[in-house]
Amino acid sequence: MTNQSQLRIAVDVGGTFTDTVVMDAANSVIASAKTPTTPANPTLGAKLGVEQALAQTEHTLSEVTGFVHGTTLATNALIERRGAAVACVTTEGFRDILEIAYERRYSQYDINISKPDLIVPRRHCFTVPERILADGSVHQALDESCIDGLVASLDAANIEAVAICLLHSYANPVHEQRLRDLLLARRPDLAVSLSCEVSPEAREFERLCTTVANAYIQPLMAGYLASFASSFASDGLQCPILMMTSGGGMTTIDTAARYPIRLVESGPAGGAILAGQVAQKLAEPEVLSFDMGGTTAKLCLIDAYRPQTSRKFEIARAERFIKGSGMPVRIPVIEMIEIGAGGGSIASVDRLGRIQVGPQSAGSEPGPAAFGKGGDQPTVTDADVALGLIDPGNFAEGRLQINEAASHAALSEQVGQPLQLSAVGAAEGVSQIVDESMASAGRMHAVEAGKDLSNRTMIAFGGNGPLHATRVARRCGVNRIVIPTEPGVGSAVGFLHAPVSFEIVKSQYATLDGLDVGALNTLFDSLIAEATEVVRAGSPQAELTCRRIAFMRYRGQGHEIETPLPDRPLETRDIDALRRAFEEEYSRQFSRAVPGMIIEILNWAVTVSTPPPDIDPPTGAVDTQGVEPVGRRSIRCEVRGETVDADVYQRQLLKSGAHLTGPALIVEPQTTTFVSSDFNAEVLGSGALLLTRHSGGLTQ
Amino acid sequence: MTQASNTSNQVMWNRLLAVVEQQGQALIRAAFSPIVRECGDISAGIFDVRGRMMAQAVTGTPGHINTMAEAVVELRDRFPIQTMKPGDIYVTNDPWIASGHLNDFLLLMPVFYRDQVIGFTSCTSHLVDLGGQGMGPEGSDIFDEGLRVPPCKLLDEGEVNGLLLDIVKANSREPIANEGDIYALIACCETGAQRLVEMMDEFGISDLEDLSNYIIETSRQGTLAAIAEVPEGIYDYALKVDGYEQEIMLKARLTVERKQVLLDFSGTSGCSQKGINVPLNYATAYSVFALRCIIGPDIPNNAGSLEPFVVSGPEGCILNAQPPAPVAMRHTLGQMTPDLVYGCLCQALPDLVPAEGASCMYDLPMRSAPEVAQRGGRVFALEPAHNGGTGARPGKDGLSATAFPSGVWGSQVEITEAMAPVLITRRELRTDSGGAGQYRGGLGQRIELQSANGEPFDVFLSVERIKNPALGRNGGSPGTAGRIRLQDGPDLPGKGEVRVNAGDTLIFETPGGGGYGDPAQRDQSSVAQDIADGLVSSEAASKDYQQMEGQDDV
Repeated sequence: MTNQSQLRIAVDVGGTFTDTVVMDAANSVIASAKTPTTPANPTLGAKLGVEQALAQTEHTLSEVTGFVHGTTLATNALIERRGAAVACVTTEGFRDILEIAYERRYSQYDINISKPDLIVPRRHCFTVPERILADGSVHQALDESCIDGLVASLDAANIEAVAICLLHSYANPVHEQRLRDLLLARRPDLAVSLSCEVSPEAREFERLCTTVANAYIQPLMAGYLASFASSFASDGLQCPILMMTSGGGMTTIDTAARYPIRLVESGPAGGAILAGQVAQKLAEPEVLSFDMGGTTAKLCLIDAYRPQTSRKFEIARAERFIKGSGMPVRIPVIEMIEIGAGGGSIASVDRLGRIQVGPQSAGSEPGPAAFGKGGDQPTVTDADVALGLIDPGNFAEGRLQINEAASHAALSEQVGQPLQLSAVGAAEGVSQIVDESMASAGRMHAVEAGKDLSNRTMIAFGGNGPLHATRVARRCGVNRIVIPTEPGVGSAVGFLHAPVSFEIVKSQYATLDGLDVGALNTLFDSLIAEATEVVRAGSPQAELTCRRIAFMRYRGQGHEIETPLPDRPLETRDIDALRRAFEEEYSRQFSRAVPGMIIEILNWAVTVSTPPPDIDPPTGAVDTQGVEPVGRRSIRCEVRGETVDADVYQRQLLKSGAHLTGPALIVEPQTTTFVSSDFNAEVLGSGALLLTRHSGGLTQ
Repeated sequence: MTQASNTSNQVMWNRLLAVVEQQGQALIRAAFSPIVRECGDISAGIFDVRGRMMAQAVTGTPGHINTMAEAVVELRDRFPIQTMKPGDIYVTNDPWIASGHLNDFLLLMPVFYRDQVIGFTSCTSHLVDLGGQGMGPEGSDIFDEGLRVPPCKLLDEGEVNGLLLDIVKANSREPIANEGDIYALIACCETGAQRLVEMMDEFGISDLEDLSNYIIETSRQGTLAAIAEVPEGIYDYALKVDGYEQEIMLKARLTVERKQVLLDFSGTSGCSQKGINVPLNYATAYSVFALRCIIGPDIPNNAGSLEPFVVSGPEGCILNAQPPAPVAMRHTLGQMTPDLVYGCLCQALPDLVPAEGASCMYDLPMRSAPEVAQRGGRVFALEPAHNGGTGARPGKDGLSATAFPSGVWGSQVEITEAMAPVLITRRELRTDSGGAGQYRGGLGQRIELQSANGEPFDVFLSVERIKNPALGRNGGSPGTAGRIRLQDGPDLPGKGEVRVNAGDTLIFETPGGGGYGDPAQRDQSSVAQDIADGLVSSEAASKDYQQMEGQDDV
């Protein structure tokens, strides 16, 4: 499909900044703006961004034909606990699904942990007499006489939103639906979320958590989305606004208001979509995206231009980003590993004399010691300053004067003295530790997906991604790095590459041998109809594609393997092909298939989607002339372990086709690309930088 | 050694820790055994050429902590290093060498660098079934419990020992799953070896000697510094546990010296006739785990951090069971040893040690009754895991229905019911089961279940704290004991087989944890919150926490 849009806008409301990007009919970014986020009313910051960006063009809001919005508001409301007073309603006998959870501590050696706060205290957990069985049959009808007592309890606790999660409701939703009707008939203002709609998957704990999180932010998000849309409409916007979701697709404002939980982490998803798009343009089928900002680094595997996805996400993990320490929700997400390693991450020395970096961050206030705003803890940025990789007079477009002496002093005091290292020696240590921990996170992430990192191409962005890319890549065995254009507003650019899509995952237990294809086709028909309706609301005419997935495993195993199904009704003779597809993927991940085992399927998924916009900006003229540096800096070379001179280039001045060799620094307003001495750099036709490693050997 | 090289050693140390974690994750994902999947009952480690452990994965259950370190030394000593060839892998499941019972298979692979053995990778995983009487305490000796594989070669220069694999499969009710798990173990050793070699290439080192010395010495010094903060002295404690045929006394003497911590089990009761006996390696694992949770928990496990902890016990006591004692359910009492150790350690560190908890996991293995199969009915076997409350911590309440010291994941009702014809009619916290205290013990839970299809099934129990509840600490009250029964029937013992017939409801109540500190000192608002949340009844509150009635009597 060719994209018919003439003028498209993306707005990414982040925690600190709101990024706005405008794309024209030729699919080129023609304007961008970075405005401060206005937390009290984020619409204001968004409007300012759109105004500023459009002012750089000859267009007005009424000419805009496509508008994509992503926001951290949902995520922040969950993390900062700014949602509604929410109660949960479960089956009688099962009041403690949240309290009991997985009966597990997330940290083996820490006996003083607290379990994650799951929003609803036990006093707001209510039950109703009813019971549905695993096969969907009604074992005990819903006792409707309970409703008055329940309403009285909700009133007494001033409850604003209710999460209803009855056992096995994924198999039969009638009791949840009836209960909602009964509640709304009495209290029409209640926000009610049903688990059978929010997350129709077996496993009551995660389903309830997802429903609670949805209910918790639903009143806030519904209000925000309505006011955002009406505000832009009254300013003259004619086209509908589409919302970016965690899964990397777009959906309508109405759907977003019903399932606001699907809006969490949409910003990072935009970054991964961008990386997928860059990979496709460069025909790089196996990619690692590396997004390093001020507080965290996020890594994502992208195969065949499709970011790896998952059905599970944890909200508000405790410090150190420990798995299991947050609130689990089951939503379609782009799978990323996020660790507490960014420019602001604080370095220290532990009692064993080991350098530790992060996860504590100096943030932007007081920020790294180099910012001269009162920070006296050395950070990763301070290490980069001490290594000479950041130009003190040209940081953040010169808006912030870097204090080199403060960086040296903090490094010396907190890291150098305990280890008898100079400030530069300490900086080298800090860099090695933080780069290794990002590389380790990436390797671990790959192992968990049954994949390998080496031989991938890294696509690096974010404020610190281009600066650390070569150092992290080398430790991952990665030899090619691409730095896209506009690396600082990557997420917003990514929004404009996203399809309109909706994914539904539903539990229906089956064994492969005993598969009832008739029943399964009926299930798929209903899932596809439901997802299509949602997508059609956002894209009335586009041709739609559909992905059908079975999550299969050997009976007795816990790990499910995603197996694609053909996009048509299944027939009995497909079963052999399914078995082969499963076994092929299984042996790819685990060396060999296991003969004779029963294969079972617990979950089925459908994704209905428009094709992604076909975007291929014109390539610039090729420059075969030599390139001139704008200066030289003395830097510490991590490959040779000595101080060397590096050429400094302005990225805007580099034309496509330009080649240069490391060590070099390529500076642009939002970031610096560090070309290590074992890398060469080349400017591609699209304007992206390609860094290629040419020699091995990590010298310490 | 220069500081600069210390940084690179630290980077390599971090790398080794990441490699063993990756190995562990890969092993868990490929595992067939539910206990591996639910509890992460595996381990992976990297060793230097002398057999000293350099890094070990932190997995769900601490049962492999020392066992692997000792097993590798034992295997390395049995097979001369000059006879080892690239691609060789050795194996054993001997409980007294590997990990305390037959189900745990341990593999050891020499790692070659430039034709020299420079170290080893090792891993352990719990296999589903090794024949015999299967997982359960009913064996009367080790021979009843299944197949024992003495230390031998599993791979000879990359070639699998087909006869050995056939023997393992021929002696198992789950031959295919066993084969799958063994292949996963092989892949785990090989991947670890490959990653180790890649790291040596990347960092340009040709042996592990300097790195190993750095890791072990740094960890040893850190551990000694942590031990130095524990007051020197001799601390005795005795813990009475339910046992099988009769109650059992576990005794320990903890001797804290400047440079080491000695733990001795002298005075502990002798072995049981049933398979709840514990080989010393396994008792050591849980005991040292408990100590290391308090003393230097931030230091990774390796030869240096483990060396200062020395555990002993007279041969033949139930915590140092000797062959041919049956040991299949060694974890039932093994998981009680942390409470035994803490009874000693709290005398030295009263402000750091939690109260006793439910401790032993409350798993609920069940199978369709044999006659169901004969009638052609639906056959099933299932082992959902559940837990009681943990002991209150100094400064914090205990955790309700949460595993400690193990790391098992509790099962989800919807999954249990989808997998087997059982109907769970209740799973809720037991009000008032947490021991009162300034900090309250964690609550146990009450689970009720019945047959969903009118066919009988059997439950195989091996749990503790039915007769002996978790005691409080520093004035805290005990938690409520566990309790198991059929509807209105008499209370059942914690070990043995229970038939659940059509119409029966099994009521399975897990114990609460002990309280910490004087209940009268409990913060009023915490008491009020517990009452509002229904964790403590107002009757119990007025009895246990007199403050509520304004009788400030302290």
